[in-house]
Order: sequence, then C-alpha cells, then structure tokens
Amino acid sequence: MKTLRAIPLWPVIRHLLLIAGAVVLLAPFIWMISTASKPPEEVFSSELHLIPHHFALWDNLKIAFAKANLWRFLLNGVIVTVSIFVLQVLIALPAAYALAKLRFLGRDTLFALVLFGILIPPQATAIPVFLLLHKLGLLDSYAALVLPFTISVFGIFLMRQFFKSVPDDLVDAARMDGISEFGIVWRVMLPAAIPAVTAFGIFSVVAHWNDYFWPLIVLNSEQLRTPPLAVAHFRNNEAGTNYGPLMAAAMVIIAPLLIAFLLAQRRFIEGITLTGIK
Amino acid sequence: MSDAATIDTAVVAVRSAQRIRRDHRALTAYGLVAPAFTLMLLMLLGPLASVIALSFTDYQLGAPAFSWIGLANYQEMFADRVFWISLRNTLTYVVIVVPGAVTLGLGIALLIESGASLRSLYRTIYFLPVMATLIAMAVVWEFMLHPQFGLVNGLLRGAGLPAFSWLQDRSTALCALCAIGIWQAVGFNMVLFLAGLVSIPKQLYEAAEIDGAASAWARFRLVTWPMLGPVTTFVIVISGIRSFQVFDTVHILTKGGPSKSSEVLIHTMYTEGFEFFRSGYGAALTVVFLVFVLLLTLIKARLADRGVQHA
Repeated sequence: MKTLRAIPLWPVIRHLLLIAGAVVLLAPFIWMISTASKPPEEVFSSELHLIPHHFALWDNLKIAFAKANLWRFLLNGVIVTVSIFVLQVLIALPAAYALAKLRFLGRDTLFALVLFGILIPPQATAIPVFLLLHKLGLLDSYAALVLPFTISVFGIFLMRQFFKSVPDDLVDAARMDGISEFGIVWRVMLPAAIPAVTAFGIFSVVAHWNDYFWPLIVLNSEQLRTPPLAVAHFRNNEAGTNYGPLMAAAMVIIAPLLIAFLLAQRRFIEGITLTGIK
Repeated sequence: MSDAATIDTAVVAVRSAQRIRRDHRALTAYGLVAPAFTLMLLMLLGPLASVIALSFTDYQLGAPAFSWIGLANYQEMFADRVFWISLRNTLTYVVIVVPGAVTLGLGIALLIESGASLRSLYRTIYFLPVMATLIAMAVVWEFMLHPQFGLVNGLLRGAGLPAFSWLQDRSTALCALCAIGIWQAVGFNMVLFLAGLVSIPKQLYEAAEIDGAASAWARFRLVTWPMLGPVTTFVIVISGIRSFQVFDTVHILTKGGPSKSSEVLIHTMYTEGFEFFRSGYGAALTVVFLVFVLLLTLIKARLADRGVQHA
C-alpha cells in the first residue's frame, strides 16, 4: 500500500475516512451514553442534541439500580463465567496432555471425535441438553447455566496443539523427578501454557458473559439472571416509558468487558479471534 | 552362569520394567481423558445423535409417551409456510450481512494498513462492537431506530428525507437487523484481514513495482488480493456460519415480526422447541440448520487444512 502514500494528502484522506467510519461505528455507544445522561423530557424530544442540557446520568443510574438488582446480575455473570472457565480448564487440560504426550489405544479416535465436536454449533444440541437437564431436575439453576459448557472440545484442541510444541525432554525430566503424570499436567504443562490458557480464558469468558440464547432457555428465576437476560427484562418492562435508565442499565452491563478490553486490547483481540479457528 | 545370560536377564528386566511403566502410563492416560470423554458424550455427541433421533418422533416436553412418526415432522415442516419464510429470511440475512461485513472489514483493514499513525487506536475503536454485549447494544439500536425520538430518523428528517418505523415495518425490519449484524461483525473481520495483510512479504510489493505496477490499484490487484485469497475465503465462511446463527437481535427486537417478515431459522426453532415445547418438530428444524452450518464448516475445515500446508 506504499503507492497510496504517494497520493498527495493521502494521510489526511486516510484519517478523514477512518474517522468518518469510526463515528458511524461508535454512534450507538455515544448515543447510549448521551441518552443515559438525559432527563426524560430531553429523551422524549424530537430536537436532537448530543450534550444533555441537564446532566442526569447519576439519576438514571440510581433509577436503573433501584428498578433492577443489577449488582446481583453482574455477580451472576461473574459466577457463571468463572465457573465455566475453571471447569473447562480442569477437564480439558488433562485430556489435552494425554492426547499430546501419551500413547494409548484409541487416542487417534478420541482426537478425531474432538475435531468433529468442534464442528457442532451450540444451538444444535440445545433441545436434547434441555431435556436432559429437565430429567435431572437441574433446570433454572446455576448448574443448568454451567454444566453444558464444562466440556470445551475447542479448548482441548487448542491446548493439545500447544502441548505438542512443549519439548518431550521437559516431560521426561519431570518424570525423572518422580512427578506423576497428573502432577505433570498442573506443574509442568500448565505453567508452560499460560499464554494459550489466557487467550482461551478471554475467549470463553467473553462468549459466556455475552451469551443470551442458553440462559434464556434454561432460566426462570429472577435472582439467577445473567447480565444479557437482565437487560432484556429491563427493556421488556421499561421500553417506551423511560429510555434514560434503560440506557444506563445497558452501560452497566457492557462496562466490565469493555473496560477489561481497553486495558488489555492485544490479548483480547487474540482471544476473540480464536473463534476464527473454531 | 555366564555374563551373557546375566546381561540378558538384566535387559529383560529393564524391558519389562519399561513395559510396566508404559502400561501404567497408558492406564493413567485413560484416567486423564475420562472426564472429558464422558462429558463429551453426555453434552455433545449424545445430544447430537438425540436431536436427529428426536426429529423422527412426536415427542413433546412433559408428554408421558412418544412414538416414532418417520418423516412426518419433515413433511409438516416442508408444508409450512412459516418454515419457508424463515429459511428465506435467514438466507437473505446471510446474503446481505456476509458481503457487507467482509467488504467493509477488508476496506477498513486496508485503510488502517495504508498509513503508520494511530493504527492501534483505530483497531481498538473498530473492534469495540465485537466486544460489547450484543443484547445490550440491540436495546440501544432499538432506541436509535425509534420512529419518533430515534437518532436515525432525526438525522433523516434533518436532511429532509422520509423517516421509517424501521423495526415495526415489514419492509424494513429484516434490513434493520442486517445493519446491526454488519455493524457488529465488521471489526472481527477487520482483525482477521489485518493479520493477513501483515503476513504479506514486503518484497512482493517491491517486485510488483519493478514490474511496472505503478498504481495502488494495480498493486492491490497483483499482490494484495491474491495473497489475501485464503484469508478472504476463510472470513467469508466464518461470517456465513455466524450469520446463520442469528438469534439475539431477532428475539429481542422483532420476535420474527411484523407478520414473520424477520423470522429466522434459530428463532423458529426456539419458538417451537422452547415456547410450544414441540421437541420433535424443533429437532427437525435443528437438523435443517445443522445441514447448512455443517456444509459451511466443512468448506472451512478444507481451507484450514490447506492453510496449515501453506505455513
């Protein structure tokens, strides 16, 4: 793209185009913050203005937190995403190690099943998994939100590929030191795989924090709601009556991930684009 | 006893010790994969087989019994107008969102790459919609598209153009959902394209220049586009798979309406399977969805294999 730079004023044109695009892409965020900062009479006015005449962000946040137990829903989001990630690692890492470094009958078949599992979209298994949880009496619980995602075939695949690149000498040295195979997974492989585990963790947490489909299906109780469900219910109860607090609630729900993203952009982009491989 | 015999027994002893250790290790291996394998059967492969089996039954949640009804669910589905509307809308959504999100993603990536300043700032800004919880942003979009107080109609009126009831009008509802879909996917595609652009060797551009490719367009056509080929196909397929799964925005903003004008496959499946609890019929809809997604996924798997060989 060097020749584009030869065009006179190209840097200026480039910035103008990119800024124009950025304004369009950021419009919903800007409008959300603007609306969340307006009192009702300014929200319901046909005259467009970005900066509120009367700054009402704190009032709207107060109303949002009063009408919905947002702290509880945020906490639910943390409980569910963290439980899913921890269990995924506990279950995937030993399997990935065995698939990468040990020889046993049926290993190749098992790995083929893992590869096949990656192809299955989550919506495809929703009905049978729902029926299974119904049979087990687990619907409408944290278990219903967490259990179906404890197995991440994608995580197994990812970690297995990573473990392949860990030198065998490292494993043999650990065996010489008398560390058991199980110990090797956690004391040798895990520390070596921290970058891959971090990327997978970001991928997993973002996917499940933002997930709407599954919680919508298995939840009934208000106190178990995850952040996306909380916004959806807030909207169903409030839409048309008052947009200020609704936009404030939306801000609160997207804030944790966006702040984390802004603090560690490179890692987040790495983690999210893993879905590309998936 | 001869020395040779001693050595032999020693070798045998060592070998058998090794074998025992190896057998022991194989046993440990089964222990290590057992939890993952069990859960995989329970939560993934079993349910996948079940969804296919269920599609041949009349099972309804809570019903005491069910019977095998062969292809009756499929016959009902193919005779149902809603199914065809839903399938057509899903394909329309894919056909609009994929080219839109891929072209814009590529365009933005090229623009960012064409200069040195503020690269990471732009990348961050364009990636924000990918990170933001879609359901929350859908609610924001709904207000932006509000017929009376929304930003979009306000701007249109300001420019002297006609305003629309975007989500309440059957002729615009699906388009509005497509726009949100593109808005959300552009940044993801951009990042994949940026990675592809970085991996193009600089010498190729220099060689093209020597060969007389003077204009930026000639260089794009001769170097960038062919070198990006595998990445582009990859991005198209991924965007296709993701678009096929569209649900969140539809469910919260239009519920498939007005009068089914924005009904899509997964939403139909959700309604049948989880609102009417017609598990068998919902399973048949799932199988149709699965066929489309697996087709796309197989194309991607092919490409990924080829990509590995290139590397």
